Amino acid sequence: MPRWIAACEADDIDPEDVIPFEHDGNDYAIYRSPDDVYYATDGHCTHEMTLLCDGLVMDGIIECPKHNGRFDYTSGKALGAPVLADIRTYPTKVIDGSVYIEIG
Amino acid sequence: MGRERLERYSLTGPENQAAVQAGLAGGDWFRSAVPRKRMKELMRRSDYPAVRDTVIWIGLILLSAGLGITFWTVWHSWWAVPFFLAYGLLYGSTSDSRWHESGHGTAFKTRWLDESLYQLASFMIMRDPTTWRWSHARHHTDTLVVGRDPEIAVMRPARLARLLANLIGLVDVPMAFWLMFRHAAGRLTGDEADYVPEPERRKVYRTARIHLAIYAVTIGLAIGLRSWLPVVLIGGPRLYGACLFYFYGFTQHAGLGENVLDHRLNTRTVKMCRINRFLYWNMNYHVEHHMFPMVPYYRLPELHEEISRDCAPVYSSLWAAYKEIIPAILHQLRDQEYYVRRELPPGAAPFHEPTPINDGRALPLRTVTAA
Repeated sequence: MPRWIAACEADDIDPEDVIPFEHDGNDYAIYRSPDDVYYATDGHCTHEMTLLCDGLVMDGIIECPKHNGRFDYTSGKALGAPVLADIRTYPTKVIDGSVYIEIG
Repeated sequence: MGRERLERYSLTGPENQAAVQAGLAGGDWFRSAVPRKRMKELMRRSDYPAVRDTVIWIGLILLSAGLGITFWTVWHSWWAVPFFLAYGLLYGSTSDSRWHESGHGTAFKTRWLDESLYQLASFMIMRDPTTWRWSHARHHTDTLVVGRDPEIAVMRPARLARLLANLIGLVDVPMAFWLMFRHAAGRLTGDEADYVPEPERRKVYRTARIHLAIYAVTIGLAIGLRSWLPVVLIGGPRLYGACLFYFYGFTQHAGLGENVLDHRLNTRTVKMCRINRFLYWNMNYHVEHHMFPMVPYYRLPELHEEISRDCAPVYSSLWAAYKEIIPAILHQLRDQEYYVRRELPPGAAPFHEPTPINDGRALPLRTVTAA
């Protein structure tokens, strides 16, 4: 059953950056684009499960810190080897300065 | 010994499973603590440094080729030789570092520039761009883990004759053509099948056919023109210009620890002069590169300053590195448990050795997993 979970404060993330969020033993990555739109994906790269929160956020893309695999974090689309499988994305919303993601 | 050694290092041999069972495959590697804000600065991409360096690099290649061709064909002069040697080194050796940086996708900010340089450098260094992309990803996942890392250049004991012959590409070039024919026929080796996913394999076969076609045209031209010139310019440099590639490359890991989860135990950082750093695109900062592969080559000196407190002292020169590497390789001919273990400076984070087997000797894996 889908539910909205408070993940972080909007100001916790710098523009064009990512932070980790853990809930119920699952890892998520929360992104803030340069124009202050928030996105969320699974926390691990689909290639070798490296945590994406240490990666580089640039031009709508998250790059994995281990093998430089790239995803479009707005759609979850894998952008080429060594990542071949898309990453799951989650809806987000901001209410009273808090970022919520919809999981389940 | 030869067959046993190859079996140990093979990705289809028993060491692969042993490494998986020992927790070495896809292990949790040590990384120095670098504040996120600083790391973001270091990871930031720019086209300018790599465009500048690539223009200079291609310019030098064209200049040396042009002068070599002119001296040879116009004046029939031996002065062509030094220019062809320079061309050969730029083509057959320095293409390795361009291949490496663009393969990581860190050299340029613009993706197609990385990809274009990667395809060009892969052809020059005679590597299939797809299999080697996956091979190098595995090398970063399981650096010097026996049975997992397909890019261990110096085994224990070292294959000395092979290493020496390769200084002029005498093993790697025939092997590259053997692989090209195999790929062109739609087949991978067992090791390649271990790390190249099925959806990627078509690209391997197509590229091999394109590369073989280019070499066929080159050889056809040489025969048609009754001249060595086409072969001297295309393909040949991977033989007569390869020595610098291996000379630089052996400094990365040779003689250091195997089956460890800390790049400070299996990787070297070597100080080099400005010219060597240009030719090698700062790959001499190799501990830093392995610890943080996202940092582009032109920021590695800054990263080095950032994490040097945690690392053993750098080798002061190539000479200093080889004073250690050559005796270590010779020692390993008679004692395969020997390896160079570096001392960390006071205050450095301790070596990351999650289990007693990860001490760099690498040999007892099978015994440990069987127990």
